[in-house]
Amino acid sequence: MTLAHLPALVVVVPLLAAPLVVLVRRAAAAWAIATAACAFSFAAAILLSAEVAAHGPMSYHLGNWPPPWGIEYRVDALSAFVLVLVSGIGTASALYAWRSAAAELSRDQLYLYYVMHCLCVAGLLGMTVTGDAFNLFVFMEIASLSSYVLIALGRDRRALLAAYQYLILGTIGATFYVIGVGLLYLATGTLNIADLAERLPQTASTRAVLAALAFITVGVSLKLALFPLHFWLPNAYAYAPSAVTALLAATATKVSVYVLLRFYFGVFGLRLVTETLPMAEILLVLSLIAIVTASLVALWQENLKRLFAYSSVAQIGYITLGVSMASPDGLTAAVVHLFNHGITKGALFLLLGGVALRAGGATMGSVQGLGRRMPLTSLAIVIAGLSLIGVPGTAGFVSKWYLVLGAIEAGRWWLAGFVVATSLIAVAYVWRFVEAAYLSEPGPATPGRGEAPAAMLAPALALAAACVFFGLQTSWTVGSARRAAELLLGGVP
Amino acid sequence: MSAAGLIAASLLVPAAGAAGIALAGRWPNLRESVTLVTAVTLLGCVLGLLPSVLDGGRPQLFVLEMLPGIALGFRVEPLGMLFALVASGLWIVNSVYSIGYMRGNDEEHQTRFYVCFALALAATMGIAFSANLLTLFLFYEMLTLVTWPLVTHHGDAEARAGGRTYLGVLLGTSILLLLPAMIATWSVAGTLEFLPGGLLRDAGLSNPALGGLLALYMFGIGKAALMPVHRWLPAAMVAPTPVSALLHAVAVVKAGVFTVVKVIVYVFGVETLAEVRAADWLPVVAGFTILAASVVALRSNNLKRRLAYSTVSQLSYVVLAAAVLVPISIAAAAFHIAAHALGKITLFFAAGAIYTAAHKTEVSQLDGIGRRMPWTMAAFTVGALSLIGIPPCVGFVSKWLMLQGVFAAELWSVAGVLLASTVLNAAYFLPIVYVAFFKAPNGELHGEAPLPMVIALSATAVGTVALFFLPELPLALARSVAGL
Repeated sequence: MTLAHLPALVVVVPLLAAPLVVLVRRAAAAWAIATAACAFSFAAAILLSAEVAAHGPMSYHLGNWPPPWGIEYRVDALSAFVLVLVSGIGTASALYAWRSAAAELSRDQLYLYYVMHCLCVAGLLGMTVTGDAFNLFVFMEIASLSSYVLIALGRDRRALLAAYQYLILGTIGATFYVIGVGLLYLATGTLNIADLAERLPQTASTRAVLAALAFITVGVSLKLALFPLHFWLPNAYAYAPSAVTALLAATATKVSVYVLLRFYFGVFGLRLVTETLPMAEILLVLSLIAIVTASLVALWQENLKRLFAYSSVAQIGYITLGVSMASPDGLTAAVVHLFNHGITKGALFLLLGGVALRAGGATMGSVQGLGRRMPLTSLAIVIAGLSLIGVPGTAGFVSKWYLVLGAIEAGRWWLAGFVVATSLIAVAYVWRFVEAAYLSEPGPATPGRGEAPAAMLAPALALAAACVFFGLQTSWTVGSARRAAELLLGGVP
Repeated sequence: MSAAGLIAASLLVPAAGAAGIALAGRWPNLRESVTLVTAVTLLGCVLGLLPSVLDGGRPQLFVLEMLPGIALGFRVEPLGMLFALVASGLWIVNSVYSIGYMRGNDEEHQTRFYVCFALALAATMGIAFSANLLTLFLFYEMLTLVTWPLVTHHGDAEARAGGRTYLGVLLGTSILLLLPAMIATWSVAGTLEFLPGGLLRDAGLSNPALGGLLALYMFGIGKAALMPVHRWLPAAMVAPTPVSALLHAVAVVKAGVFTVVKVIVYVFGVETLAEVRAADWLPVVAGFTILAASVVALRSNNLKRRLAYSTVSQLSYVVLAAAVLVPISIAAAAFHIAAHALGKITLFFAAGAIYTAAHKTEVSQLDGIGRRMPWTMAAFTVGALSLIGIPPCVGFVSKWLMLQGVFAAELWSVAGVLLASTVLNAAYFLPIVYVAFFKAPNGELHGEAPLPMVIALSATAVGTVALFFLPELPLALARSVAGL
């Protein structure tokens, strides 16, 4: 019985936790409520994932209004997979914030932090689970507005500017998206995603539909930081509080990719996206540029949070590269990398937060000789770094495998060569950290001996361990991604 | 213990040993005891698997499914058995040597050194016993990563530069060439299991496709040090000598040529390659590497560098023998993995002993050193003779097998390469022996290196000779690889 309501509860619980936190206000209670709400969603997401794998997609009608009139929540292989990622990272980030946010924020801001955390997670989960294009816009705004606040809470004053930049660009993105949805409504008279997919082929006004595709592409691309719409990202990640950086890096851009996948394959359909308009080619070229330029820029960063922020732009390029292949292997790669990169970056930013806390900042200078001062943290950063490179035995390898396989199966050897060659740039920037941490003597900026507080270290290490676990045990990740790819290419929303 | 249990133990024992070494880090004597006990236990595990492999059994262990349809699994066949025996057996000797070397030279970070060493052995066992390409690749990369801290052990600018070349070439070739080759193999064959006769046998690839794929493999396996992907090996010489001895004369480089033989025999299939003539270019590259590396060795004054280039050249013997593509030469390739290991580790042991006792690193400094370090230089001479291929050393046996293969395949140019390189080997080794024993000593007075080192290098020298007289076991394994 409750299982049937889980698609709604997974969003509603963190959403309702937010006003509850405002009422309670005390930092400890706020933390407990936020963490419990996220943990509930995580558990619910895992249950939903198992349920979907066993019995197929679930549809939930809010207020018992049947779609397409009422709002439908829909859980299938793809959305369940993304739900697990978002709620899992949300929980890890909330656990981590107990010490991390307490150290970075003033006491009276703490409850606000947890309010925004709950709203952001709820918004992202809502975007994932909803089957309604306008409802998706509402959740997108909830997630975006709360993330602007979260970034602005950063201790560095530049965080304000970064949040402002993101606010402007994020709002433009959301506006473009809603214009696109408006055009679709104009053309079809419906907002339900499944219904849209059914009615689009019969619509007369193809021009409106093509305009909608363009608007939605640009809007969502801004949100997912596709090159050249990525300029908001490095600053936002670098100056946000550590727990927020991890949360956003691991989930926000990933959910936007999810929205792109939904609309491309679930609404507009393969023919419109790849034949009528050359979206696959455009996406391919932009992804290639993103991978090369962002990786090269990452090489020259001194601030480690910025370094890995640029690396995120590059890694998102790998995801969109998989999307652009529009083949079973390509989409499997995109979906599985969405998850694998999420946990990898989540681990990295949580670990860097620990370094930043102990050293007052995570720069190349402050990690010199870190291998001796914070051995566990350093080792975990190396492991997550290896996953970023795609070394076998880590999650990143699995993504790379399918990406290269997709390229080879399509007969595009140059693309396979490109993917493996660019991962060598990742070797270079990860090894800058390794050399600093293990071959340099500790410098003046290096923290003294001792790890980050256990409450921060534990979730970070758990995610780093997940990078290895999902590199060796791939039946759930690859299985979900494969089912999701079939679903998307089957044209079923 | 069951066969599957022994396979698991072969991987877990060195891994657990690494943990034990880390925990015992504060008490050096206890720590070194842990290393020695681990090494002996590991050899015990490997030996426990030997009888069933000799009887034609193929003990196996499947752990989990790494990717849909591809397992993380192990299967012990004769080539892997041979490699595992060589690596685990020499690890014991090398550990004794390491204790003398690391203490004699007051090296820092000794705990890290022994931990990484044990992990490197675990990775080596994983490579030796892997049942499919993906498992092999996993441990292949792991071996690169855990040996990087050993190469950069000294942490200075030189070690950093050496480490970058090491990692850059090894990771670079494996990611850039080996990984796509493997994925392409999966794409056409739908399996990555090592199969007798070759898993690509029925894939129906044409000559250019097979040749191209073979090239991806051969240059992608950077650890085999075919020119031009050999630069990492001389760069790795910045490491302490025990690392050069066991890893860069035995475990890492042999992992490379082991993979080469494995790929030729179990991925492509000897008959398939011989039929479509897709490997015709390989003897040329290997022959060039043999000769060119020998010339560089001849011109190197630094002793370790000379030995490193000698290794580059000797590794290509294995590749060349495998590329001749007749059964007896496959056996020669497999046998040479063991033969070269014993000779070269002796030479490196001697080089390290000279450095520890006399602080000499250059060939030109070695005048008369044989009179002060007779044991060391006698062992050096044995190692050198073995690499040249002179009886009564084991190197002769592999050269004999190789020539048999060459005659069977009637590849006279390959015979020419072998002859020329024998002359070159003699030209860069014998002068060292000559000046060591027949020139007057100079400089400060010194004796032999610490006792553990002398014991170790004498043991491997004795082994080099003993294996000439008693080559049955490695020969049986090698012949079984070739199906003889």
